[in-house]
Amino acid sequence: MRKLLAPLLTYLAAAAVAVWILAPFAWLLISSLSPNVDLLSRPLHWIPRHLDFSRYVTIFTSSDPVSSGYTFRRALVNSSVVAFLSTLLSMAVGILAAYAFARLRFRGKGSLRLLFLATYMLPPIALVVAMYFILGQLHLRDTVWGLALVYSSFITPYVIWLMSGYFEAIPAEIEEASLVDGCTRLGSLVRVLLPLAVPGLVTTAIFSVLLAWDEFLYALIMTSSVAAKTLPVAIAEFSGQYMVDYGMMTAGGVLAAIPPVLISFLLQRYIISGLLTGAVKG
Amino acid sequence: MSLHEWNLTMPRHPFVGLANYAQILATPSFWQAIGRTLYFTLVSTGLELLLGLAIALLLNRPFRGRGLLRALVLLPWALPTVVNGIMWRWIDNPDYGALNALLTQAGLLHAYRNWLGSPWSALNMVILADVWKMTPLAALLLLAGLQTIPRELYESAAIDGAGGWRQFLGITLPLLRTSILIVLVARTIEAFKVFDIIYIMTRGGPGDGTMTIAYYAYTQAFSSLLFGKGAAISYLIALFILLLSVGYVRLLRPAQ
Amino acid sequence: MLTRRRTAVVALLAALAIGLGACGGSTSGGSTAGGQGSGMQPAQQTVTLRLLTMKQAAYSDQDVQAMAKGFEETHPGVQVDITFVPYESLHDKITADQASGSGVYDVVLIDGMWTGEFARAGFIRDVTDRWTPAMQSGIFESSKDIVRFNGRLYGVPWINDTKFLFYNKQMLAQAGIQQPPKTWEELLADARLLKQKGIVQYPIAWSWAQAEAVICDFGQLMFSEGGHFLDEKNQPAFQTDGGLQALQFMVQTLKDGLSNPHSISYLEDDVRQVFSQGQAAFALNWTYMYALANDPKQSKVAGQVGVVPTPAFSGKPAVGINGGMGLAITKSSAHPDLAWQLIETMSSEPVENKYAALSLPIWKDSYQQQSVIATGPELVQAAESQFARMESRPNVPWYNQMSTELQKDIQSALLMQATPQQALQRAADFTRQLAQQQ
Repeated sequence: MRKLLAPLLTYLAAAAVAVWILAPFAWLLISSLSPNVDLLSRPLHWIPRHLDFSRYVTIFTSSDPVSSGYTFRRALVNSSVVAFLSTLLSMAVGILAAYAFARLRFRGKGSLRLLFLATYMLPPIALVVAMYFILGQLHLRDTVWGLALVYSSFITPYVIWLMSGYFEAIPAEIEEASLVDGCTRLGSLVRVLLPLAVPGLVTTAIFSVLLAWDEFLYALIMTSSVAAKTLPVAIAEFSGQYMVDYGMMTAGGVLAAIPPVLISFLLQRYIISGLLTGAVKG
Repeated sequence: MSLHEWNLTMPRHPFVGLANYAQILATPSFWQAIGRTLYFTLVSTGLELLLGLAIALLLNRPFRGRGLLRALVLLPWALPTVVNGIMWRWIDNPDYGALNALLTQAGLLHAYRNWLGSPWSALNMVILADVWKMTPLAALLLLAGLQTIPRELYESAAIDGAGGWRQFLGITLPLLRTSILIVLVARTIEAFKVFDIIYIMTRGGPGDGTMTIAYYAYTQAFSSLLFGKGAAISYLIALFILLLSVGYVRLLRPAQ
Repeated sequence: MLTRRRTAVVALLAALAIGLGACGGSTSGGSTAGGQGSGMQPAQQTVTLRLLTMKQAAYSDQDVQAMAKGFEETHPGVQVDITFVPYESLHDKITADQASGSGVYDVVLIDGMWTGEFARAGFIRDVTDRWTPAMQSGIFESSKDIVRFNGRLYGVPWINDTKFLFYNKQMLAQAGIQQPPKTWEELLADARLLKQKGIVQYPIAWSWAQAEAVICDFGQLMFSEGGHFLDEKNQPAFQTDGGLQALQFMVQTLKDGLSNPHSISYLEDDVRQVFSQGQAAFALNWTYMYALANDPKQSKVAGQVGVVPTPAFSGKPAVGINGGMGLAITKSSAHPDLAWQLIETMSSEPVENKYAALSLPIWKDSYQQQSVIATGPELVQAAESQFARMESRPNVPWYNQMSTELQKDIQSALLMQATPQQALQRAADFTRQLAQQQ
């Protein structure tokens, strides 16, 4: 009896976890495909009587520059551009700094590390006004460049954190050999160390993209027009004081969720390794 | 900035030293927000830890479909916070929400409830949304910790006649200490800074029931134009996080 | 606040900026200094005016763009760049833009209660001397309150709005009610009847969420009672007669099951949805609801929507709450004269009449115009009488702080966690302190 019970319980528990995770997702998707009549009915129609793709069609085809569909499309592009730019910037700066942390000795190394941790503890609201001011001075307000710059300021510490962990895991002897062969430090970093740390690079880039994709507060304050508005802001605006359009909100939510969810599903291995590298050093 | 009276509706911003801090510390609504945030932090972190541990133990057992489940577990974590907030707000909707429909159709409720309509209930609903999204992260970290525990330890314990529960208490928990600490610290920091999900789901209402400290700082700065105060509150938040983190480390560090 | 940490962040940002080199974003068009004197610029030099307005405002986004197009046609060389943000973000956007000392907007849409705050902060300009005599005499006096602070005008009203009582004609007929209610007492009696007959479970829907929405409904009831938010000395007055009765009225309707209990988390648009789903017989809402509740695509009760002026308490005059909004010129604008011309055009009588379908004009004469009346005779009739008697929320620089506290305290009474007296007393104590600190 016991022999049978244990696996059965395991499967039951696994099924429960799967339902708990998938049910809200499923509901979001179903809602976005239900006609309004079904959405707002009592008792609720769990399964829509027919699938209504009109919201997705609206989002992808509406050409009217003030429509929410158009705004959403622009936001999708903005989010992608910002995620790409801030990842690029943070990786460039972060890798150099991580290399310094992992391989060089300099004064104040320890306290600098703590400083990064401290910035992580500080809520963004503390910096948002200062950042806003700086962007104004640089004429980068309400631009994707400006937002990418702001994002880099909080993504870079993550990059440093993760990459120095990966660098430290690689034995220093390998580079030393290349330094003897007449490589500069930068040369050995690019030619020897980075190729060895490719999995780490991929992981860090994924994290950076996800962080940028998810950020809300800075985007809320720093952007206002379709020139730079990101997805989270655009979706939040689907529910204003007037016109709470639940259907559009759910459809927008589904679309905004697809990229990060796909990334995490396909590149799971990298993410888990990143979580552990980041955590073990903590 | 936190050392100036930076009220934007006033033409000048005099230097006031620590007066902002003194004023904040004397405001009851600040302490209420701190209390609420502590509740949010403790409950959400606690639940995430417990559920995460349960899921980690489950994933640590060999069974068919384990790989698939582990892949699924990551999904909520990858969902953008804003989307998560919108999703739960929609589920909790008093008139058309899935939660009401589910519970009434299952016979557990006889009338639709307004889940986000009373302070306690709203705060707990926000916690639920946060727990749903962040538990997977805790589960994966703990799972990694579980997988570093050598099997021989369990085998020798079994020979000594220790049952499953004794093994769990004697071997698993002590060796998971580091992983637990990491989860606690990381989740505490995040929970203390919680903003996005509040903004989307409740905007601090009803009756200030979900006015957490970070949201309070935001309203002070942007609705009331008291930038000095908003900045000062932010530094206080960082201080609280620091204290809590140090406390955890003290508690869970193996005695040296 | 310049701690080491921030210095580090700034340094990092600076390093990144240098690293970026000349990858600058958009440079603001036509940031030529001055721009004073005649608004007409040489044609080859384009001037961009930036307008910040709200999404789904009374006017549709398309309407606003059409207004701007019209202005561009009569002002060659000027380009109007419009940014739409949701109402919830509007205040914070203006704040962030102007507080940073390098604002980009020339013209901003402001809500009536922000005028004092923004005027004192120096975000918006005093335009009293720019007002023409025709504007002074032609615009509703109560609409001017929107942009008035300390006797000076800081903009021009653009959206005229107040709350109306919407009712479901079919439900009232079913219950045998001949006339829509004229007083609050009649409204409650009608609601009781509708509930008893089982026609609708909760006859009245309100927008009582913790936001400005609840202040509007509370204020409306308080004005009906003859109460005020503040007295002449800017001391709290809402905790006495009018306000206390208003809050007791609100709590009682919840206890009697006449008001939808979910009202406590409804914003205006939730009220519209509930009414449009046929789940309410009465709703108090802004002008915009009329067109949408009558739109068969959005509403199950299209064609059955009636609208009347907001009720009064028996024996007292009817007063509506002023929900209008105005356009103002920012301090940071480099083209104040052009900005003024834009405001003048957008709020002019012909333009307001042309787009009256979604937002009623600020001009007294408009209500005799056939084209305006045709947009909805019932509504226009209700509006004309109500716009003449509107009362505003107080225009003090600390309005927002007071409102935030009051929202919280009113909600605690609606949630039955405090008595109306206790709740309003708490808000009054807070407000007294606020007024003292100024």
